[in-house]
Amino acid sequence: MSRFPWQSAFAIRDGVEAGSMTAIEVTRAYLARAEALNSKLSCFLTIDHEGALAAASQVDRAREAGQPLGPLAGVPIALKDNLCTRGVRTTCASKILGDYIPPYDAHVVEALRAAGAVLLGKTNLDEFAMGSSNENSAFGDVHNPWALDRAPGGSSGGSACAVAAGLAPLGLGSDTGGSVRQPAAFCGITAIKPTYGRVSRYGLIAFASSLDQIGPMARSVREASALMQVIAGHDRRDATSANRETGDYLGACGRGVKGLRVGVVRELLGGLQDGDVRAAVEAALGGLEAQGAELVDVSLPHSEHAVSVYYLIAPAEASSNLARFDGMRYGLRVPGEDLAATYTKTRSAGFGPEVRRRIMLGTYALSAGYYDAFYLKAQRVRTLIRRDYDAAFERCDVVCTPTTPTPAFALGEKKGDPLQMYLADIFTLPPSLAGLPAISTPCGLSSDRLPIGLQLVAAPFEEERLCSAAQVVEDACGLVDSYPSGLG
Amino acid sequence: MAEEKITLAQVLHVAKLAMLELSDDEAAEMQKQLDAILAYMDGLDALDVSDVPPTFHSIPIDAPMRRDVVDRCADRAEILEQAPQSEAGGFAVPLVLEVDS
Repeated sequence: MSRFPWQSAFAIRDGVEAGSMTAIEVTRAYLARAEALNSKLSCFLTIDHEGALAAASQVDRAREAGQPLGPLAGVPIALKDNLCTRGVRTTCASKILGDYIPPYDAHVVEALRAAGAVLLGKTNLDEFAMGSSNENSAFGDVHNPWALDRAPGGSSGGSACAVAAGLAPLGLGSDTGGSVRQPAAFCGITAIKPTYGRVSRYGLIAFASSLDQIGPMARSVREASALMQVIAGHDRRDATSANRETGDYLGACGRGVKGLRVGVVRELLGGLQDGDVRAAVEAALGGLEAQGAELVDVSLPHSEHAVSVYYLIAPAEASSNLARFDGMRYGLRVPGEDLAATYTKTRSAGFGPEVRRRIMLGTYALSAGYYDAFYLKAQRVRTLIRRDYDAAFERCDVVCTPTTPTPAFALGEKKGDPLQMYLADIFTLPPSLAGLPAISTPCGLSSDRLPIGLQLVAAPFEEERLCSAAQVVEDACGLVDSYPSGLG
Repeated sequence: MAEEKITLAQVLHVAKLAMLELSDDEAAEMQKQLDAILAYMDGLDALDVSDVPPTFHSIPIDAPMRRDVVDRCADRAEILEQAPQSEAGGFAVPLVLEVDS
């Protein structure tokens, strides 16, 4: 295998089909690398040797029998540990689900198996996907492969780290307020947050149901787009799954940006403190313009309220969704003297500090006397945020901002101050609240060699435009040929 | 000191509603953190949104009805395997109602 571990998913799939490599050989190599580096990175919570080798050998047998191979045949993938996998422990990085083994596969997991992908294992995350640094995992911090003392971002920090460090060519995460885009930006990879409803949430353990979407993560726009192709589509088991045709995301990568109107939010760019981020974003805009895109100024005047709105709505939904963890039907049970005490002891022992904080915030925002002032008001301001985008999309096809205000911050830097951590989500929250598709793709390195991510946002179900534009950014200033050094 | 957005007594009340137990130190820390977060959220008061409809669903989707037919669900034994305690084909839970015999 030439270029291991950095060869693309396409090279693996084609090699397996042509017979120049076997799926078993590829899988063994990635399993060995994951095993060797996981003590340093902590990105995997479970490595499923047996399941991965069984899936790989099935691909090899299919090839020998001359059967058609799926679009991801033999390609290893890392799955965020809030996606249910039949027979494989699924923890949400929480003590309350520490030993939970789902009796069913998530929709996306079924789709991956059908496509011939090899599920390597389950990746670390902020507990129940609540966090922006992966420091809220009950099972240890993930490290950023570009600088081990830095946060990988969150909440899909494990999947981002695994892909960036060459432990898997592809990963899946989930995104509620930026949880695939922000870690992708911090770890120098590409991630797509699909339109709400584009990918079935069946089998994704719920955090905030009106915001959650599963998203692909990869080292190139084309690979992320190919993975998007596999997971997108209608599924009747998710009542919010959109019943409409999916696009040709991979094909869109080759369409270029001639005539594409790219909206630039000058008020956001002007307010950026970090000169490296500003310069990288300007370079990406220059790259888009050079390929024929037209830059137009747009304004998102209400996005400054997105942190307040999100941190009312998402915790409110979480407090309701997480009521199911009561120690009765699955997961941890800590017995108390009666039923109520058992609930309370179980939840207090099972949930970590950030999850408890969000449950508290959400319960407060929904409680009698505060519902109108907090929850309902947040939902009204959410309308204003959505209308900002409606107005912007009358003038442009995609809206461009940085993904994050700074490159990866240090582990421990924001851990003691939840509000500072929340404020770092300022660019990824508005499109989530509006349900819009967004992509984060690398657009350069900072002066201390940390990746910088560019976020592009499109109108509902216009993911193809994101793929076209992101590919041009990747060609102009991506990191496709630079990798974290010092991992071995 | 500025007025508290949320008092310690409110924190303890909300914890009870949420079925969470906080130690004295945890409650004090929680009060401080929630207070800072809620103070930041005061920024929303700058907006008059009384005439703006709420967005509960960002992407309008009709709630689909499925056909009302009997379907196979997951295997009972497999589900009960994940229960902390089960007996007689069901979840075993602490006593809910006292019944005089």
